[in-house]
Amino acid sequence: MKHDIVLAGVGGQGILTIAAIIGEAAVRQGLHVKQSEVHGMAQRGGAVLAHLRLSSEPIHSDLIAAGGADVVLAVEPMEALRQAESLSPRGVILANARPVRNIGDYPELDDILAALRAFPLNVVIDAEQMAQDAGNARAMNMVMLGAVSPFLEFPDDLLATTISDTFARKGPEVIAVNLKAFAAGREAGLAVKR
Amino acid sequence: MAQHLLLGDEALAQGAIDAGLSGCYAYPGTPSTEIMEYFQGSADASERGIHRQWSSNEKVAMEEALGMSYAGKRAMVCMKHVGLNVAADGFVNAAITGTNGGLIVTVADDPSMHSSQNEQDSRFYAQFAMIPCLEPSSQQEAYDMAGYAFALSEQQQLPIMMRLCTRLSHSRADVRTAASKSEQNGLRPPDAATRRFVLLPAIAKRNYDALCAKQDTLVASSEASPFNRYEDGADKSVGIIVCGIAYNYLQEAFGGKCPHPVLKLSQYPLPKKQLAQLMASCQSVMVLEDGMPFVEQMLRGPLGNDRILGRLSGELPRTGELNPRLVAKAFQLELPAVPALSPLVKIRPPRLCDGCPHINTYEALGEALKDFADAKVFGDIGCYTLGALPPYNAISSCVDMGASITMAKGAADAGVYPAIAIIGDSTFTHSGMTGLLDAVWENSPITVMILDNGTTGMTGGQDSMGTGRMAEICAGIGVSRDHIREFVPLPKNHAVNVQIIREEAAYRGLSVIIARRECVQTLRKKKR
Repeated sequence: MKHDIVLAGVGGQGILTIAAIIGEAAVRQGLHVKQSEVHGMAQRGGAVLAHLRLSSEPIHSDLIAAGGADVVLAVEPMEALRQAESLSPRGVILANARPVRNIGDYPELDDILAALRAFPLNVVIDAEQMAQDAGNARAMNMVMLGAVSPFLEFPDDLLATTISDTFARKGPEVIAVNLKAFAAGREAGLAVKR
Repeated sequence: MAQHLLLGDEALAQGAIDAGLSGCYAYPGTPSTEIMEYFQGSADASERGIHRQWSSNEKVAMEEALGMSYAGKRAMVCMKHVGLNVAADGFVNAAITGTNGGLIVTVADDPSMHSSQNEQDSRFYAQFAMIPCLEPSSQQEAYDMAGYAFALSEQQQLPIMMRLCTRLSHSRADVRTAASKSEQNGLRPPDAATRRFVLLPAIAKRNYDALCAKQDTLVASSEASPFNRYEDGADKSVGIIVCGIAYNYLQEAFGGKCPHPVLKLSQYPLPKKQLAQLMASCQSVMVLEDGMPFVEQMLRGPLGNDRILGRLSGELPRTGELNPRLVAKAFQLELPAVPALSPLVKIRPPRLCDGCPHINTYEALGEALKDFADAKVFGDIGCYTLGALPPYNAISSCVDMGASITMAKGAADAGVYPAIAIIGDSTFTHSGMTGLLDAVWENSPITVMILDNGTTGMTGGQDSMGTGRMAEICAGIGVSRDHIREFVPLPKNHAVNVQIIREEAAYRGLSVIIARRECVQTLRKKKR
């Protein structure tokens, strides 16, 4: 099996947390992993992306070739669209619908969401609202992780277990909120996957 | 054998720990920062008592590492590519003195300038200093090469350059680590009769001759290196020389089945034997290398050579990092169609964080300078360089570490008034202090604004040697106490801060203004 995932967002939104949990789960499965990250200047509120590759076979490149990604997963809608060129024609694009408007010429949100929903396979959700409903808006990342989970060939409980272990230091309440957010996202992903 | 998901930076660091490292020295710089951070967070490194504190700049770090090597222990110094410019004096001369304990000079290049002001290629420096250079193609190789490099360094008594690139430094992969760790070297400085560390001309000449005489041995080492590999292929219309991580892009482009002969290159100087074999058996040779056309230019020579393909012949772009698609294109392989970027997508540049003290400083500066139509503001390297962008449009230059003060002084010497320098606390202690001493000597009419946020912010918040002592340092250097002013960059202090800047800009002598408030990112981290 092979998953090439492009993660996108705005510096500070924490796409690397999502990448780290998927990567850790993959290592536990004995899969090969390569994950290219953005550090440095761009992290200061600019557009950021990470390439995450999982495979049962050895992986050559750290970067995913344009047009080759199975998944584009973005925690911000315009950033999802920015990375759409990465997506393979059969791939799925997932986006949090909540914009980060830190530039003056941010386009009409409805236009962006319409463009995202025009992709044959898309999951566009208000992950922030869903996270808030689960108990904490900051668990938005876990909603998005839940949304992508049906598209990853992992055993059912693997990601949830990895989330619990990742947040173990922060106590049972934090774990519970994150798992609830994950479950809400997973429902949304499953609705599209079906 | 254990398996870990490590950045290239981290894999190298763990490899060095496992190979008996005694100390690491570094100044933060993207993409090299995570090497030292790994040592600082590592229980292994703590248990083994490995030195792992930041240094004030790369030159200092280079010399500290050389000192540890002199004492007989294994040392590593880490920096980004432009940091090697700062460390160059110690670096080049460490090749003349030679080493005692193994010494690795790790330099992380940043092709495509993700977080840098140029894409200089450190392999030129290794060639210039006439020392071996290793260039890992994967995180696993970065791990494996650490021990190899220490051994090679001790065998050849030379520093070894470890050249990384952004995509390896900042990419994670599963890395297998060794089951057993090497012991650290004991303290064994050279005996008193050994004079090779004393670079008086007579000794230096002897050392330099010895270095020149070693070059054939270094080529032989490259030819025998486990990291250089000749992989034969049936289609000899073109042979391929592939350096460092470009090897992965080549494998990706051909799905792991490249039909051409390939020379995988991860140790320099160039392995003559394998190179000759490739050149003799193939009609033309494509060079894939991240960074500058270092190997390609050597093979082309000054008169050009139509057999050599790559960045200079136009098969690959002259600048910027490689990727699988560019490599596939160079071999005219079939590529998936890529849709055009939606016109809805706007550029989203980095910006100062909400609540950042630099915002308040720039707002005060902007207002104060309304009275001075001819004012020029010279910037420096750090988050505050973002003051060049709207809405501030506040700085006219950003060149290298420390250049704000020295360029302001030179411009003032030429008659620019007022000339303002903007520099962060960490950059000031890195390379600003010496320039300030010049300005003191001449009482240059410049105003130096030190934005003291108590950390090295841009690289993620590392300790800075002079934190909290800016006024004392400036007074010690000789700036008049009357013209060392301090303010706290907060909106409520705006009017007072504007007035302070106005007064010092109007003063026709040297003044320093310290704008002091902690970085919001480090503050947030502490509160967690």
